[in-house]
Amino acid sequence: MRKVLRLAHLYPRLMNLYGDRGNILCLRRRCEARDIELVVEELELGDPLDPAAHDLVFIGGGQDREQRRIAEDLAAGKGEALRKAAEDGVAMLAVCGGYQLFGRYYRTGAGDDLPGVAVFDAWTMHPGEGARRCIGDVAARWEGGTLVGFENHGGRTYLGSGARPLARVERGYGNNGEDGTEGAVHRNAYGTYLHGSLLPKNPRFTDHILRLALGRRYGQVELAPLSDSVEEAAHAAALRVAQRRARVGRR
Amino acid sequence: MGSGGPASRPRLEGVRLSPIRRSAALIAGRAAGFASRALRRGGGTALPGLVAEALAPGLAAYLASQLGIGSLIVTGTNGKTTTARMVAGIASTAGLRPLPNRSGSNLMRGVATALMAGADLRGRLRDGPRRLGVFEVDEATLPQAVEALRPRVLVFTNLFRDQLDRYGEVDSVAAGWRRTLESGAPSTAVVLNADDPSVAALADVAPGEVLYYGLDDASAALACAEHAADARWCPSCGSEYRYAALFYGHVGHWLCPGCSRSRPAPQVRATTVGREGGRTVIDVETPVGRLSLSLALSGLYNAYNALAAAAAGFALGLNLEAIGEGVASATAAFGRQESFEVDGRRVLVLLGKNPAGLNQVLRTIAGDETEKHLLFLLNDGIADGRDVSWIWDADFELLASQPGAWVLSGTRAEDLALRLKYAGLATPAAVEPDAEAALSRALRETPPGGLLYVVPTYTAMLRVRELLARRGRRAHYWEES
Repeated sequence: MRKVLRLAHLYPRLMNLYGDRGNILCLRRRCEARDIELVVEELELGDPLDPAAHDLVFIGGGQDREQRRIAEDLAAGKGEALRKAAEDGVAMLAVCGGYQLFGRYYRTGAGDDLPGVAVFDAWTMHPGEGARRCIGDVAARWEGGTLVGFENHGGRTYLGSGARPLARVERGYGNNGEDGTEGAVHRNAYGTYLHGSLLPKNPRFTDHILRLALGRRYGQVELAPLSDSVEEAAHAAALRVAQRRARVGRR
Repeated sequence: MGSGGPASRPRLEGVRLSPIRRSAALIAGRAAGFASRALRRGGGTALPGLVAEALAPGLAAYLASQLGIGSLIVTGTNGKTTTARMVAGIASTAGLRPLPNRSGSNLMRGVATALMAGADLRGRLRDGPRRLGVFEVDEATLPQAVEALRPRVLVFTNLFRDQLDRYGEVDSVAAGWRRTLESGAPSTAVVLNADDPSVAALADVAPGEVLYYGLDDASAALACAEHAADARWCPSCGSEYRYAALFYGHVGHWLCPGCSRSRPAPQVRATTVGREGGRTVIDVETPVGRLSLSLALSGLYNAYNALAAAAAGFALGLNLEAIGEGVASATAAFGRQESFEVDGRRVLVLLGKNPAGLNQVLRTIAGDETEKHLLFLLNDGIADGRDVSWIWDADFELLASQPGAWVLSGTRAEDLALRLKYAGLATPAAVEPDAEAALSRALRETPPGGLLYVVPTYTAMLRVRELLARRGRRAHYWEES
């Protein structure tokens, strides 16, 4: 029987600023290539989220104005469902602005706190509108190899004891430019600052996420290997660029 | 937006510059431009202004104050260069002497360089009474440009995501525009695209006369929304805009269901847009009569550029005949549908530098239903945007499903290859990071007499244009009149 994965794409029309839809395209193609059907449900403001209805959750990055509206919408119900789904082991990927809102709170440049959904034990502080944004190419080590991408964020994220970093920054700023961490992991939920789009250029990480989602629904699953020469070439190109010009990660 | 804006500098400081200092700055700037050209470092289209403004701040404002007809500024994400070029054509036809900045040199140093080129070494503008400054200005440079130029007309084309690593968020560009208008002079007429809600909303803060242009012909609408729409939500009440017709991105006949703001009725409006004999033909209604525009460029985005130029001409008080003739005579600007003959092939260069602009280019090429030969070049230099994520927001799917032979190049050719793989390209595209080798290969694969589409990002366009100018027929850009 054909396997099915159900993905909730949160706020695709509001949180879509940095090419993050490439991540959805990538998940879809890598599922299709394995004869897995990926059913994408797009959830906007006001749409209810059933914590038991999805195997995967994705949220991308957006502007401050949009983040405010989303924080309100999350606080009005989706947030609790997301916390429950995360504790149940649903695979999640939150990028940039979405990642910030998956922490406990985001203190904006204006000094007010946007409540987060607390999937991650993490918080984000914006050092003020005059402060330098963290912008540039990134190369980071995670347990499955190297992650490459591009970051562009004003807020600095700090992890509490309940979250572990996704990766160690070799080039770039990562979470805050201070402690050498990039992203966060809690159970099967992943947060990261990397655009690029992230998943197409990091096929091993993509398959890792798919394996988590499939494993939870279908038990141990073998993912057929794919021909990834185009993906690996883009990965290598991004890595070269990061090594040539991005700042050396601090730790 | 940068902090410490131009407001700290007193207006027209240059007027108080000593004549000696002015001349020294003009001489030093000119020498720098000459050296730059001699060393083939570039066209010297910005360095003279940079050097001279450093030596004599306010020089640009001083020179601009001598423009007899005043200045016109064009800004916005896409269409600046082409619109400004058309306005210059209209002004020439009307008997004025336009003083334009060079294609893409749209920071203050580029504007200053253009003004210096029109002046003698004592800082006197030649033919001053007949001169109209026609300047395309970078979105983020607008505050300084308005401060220095005190423009008579200010044209806004559209606002889309572009180089987010450089400009920051789209909202902050819009906020900078609003601040500029709020502190602007009532003598500045503002020309706005009625169909782009972010641009149309600038009327709220315009200090003087407002003139809208727009496309009434709903038959040009898209069947479904593009991904690269950046103004979907009303900034006043937060409702999602509804569209009676959507032309591209978020440009169309918009309406806010929450606070009932809607697309204003444009005074300069296109009633039909069509293609006739390889030209785009637009029927336009204006407050003083009908006008038919015929332009050598294709694509809906160029129809908008022509409308913007016509509205600008109208705001300047020029007559309809001059507007029609000026638009008709406009040829392609630097790398924007510019055509070359190379080795018996025709090469068409279409700049594609952000999702909304690239989507228009992809749509224009997709309109050619024959088997296509395509060379795409993606660079990640500062002027291109270091972040190449934006290619995932462009609808490459439009072309990937059509028959075509692709060559991909640029510093991030591999990212393009990956984007096209996911867009569903049946056979992998050829990847050749070196631009010269890629161009040779693409030309070889194009049959004699055939057409090669070249779609580069900004710095890749400079490179590919230089290669084409060497191999084909077309002058260097700084040699253009």
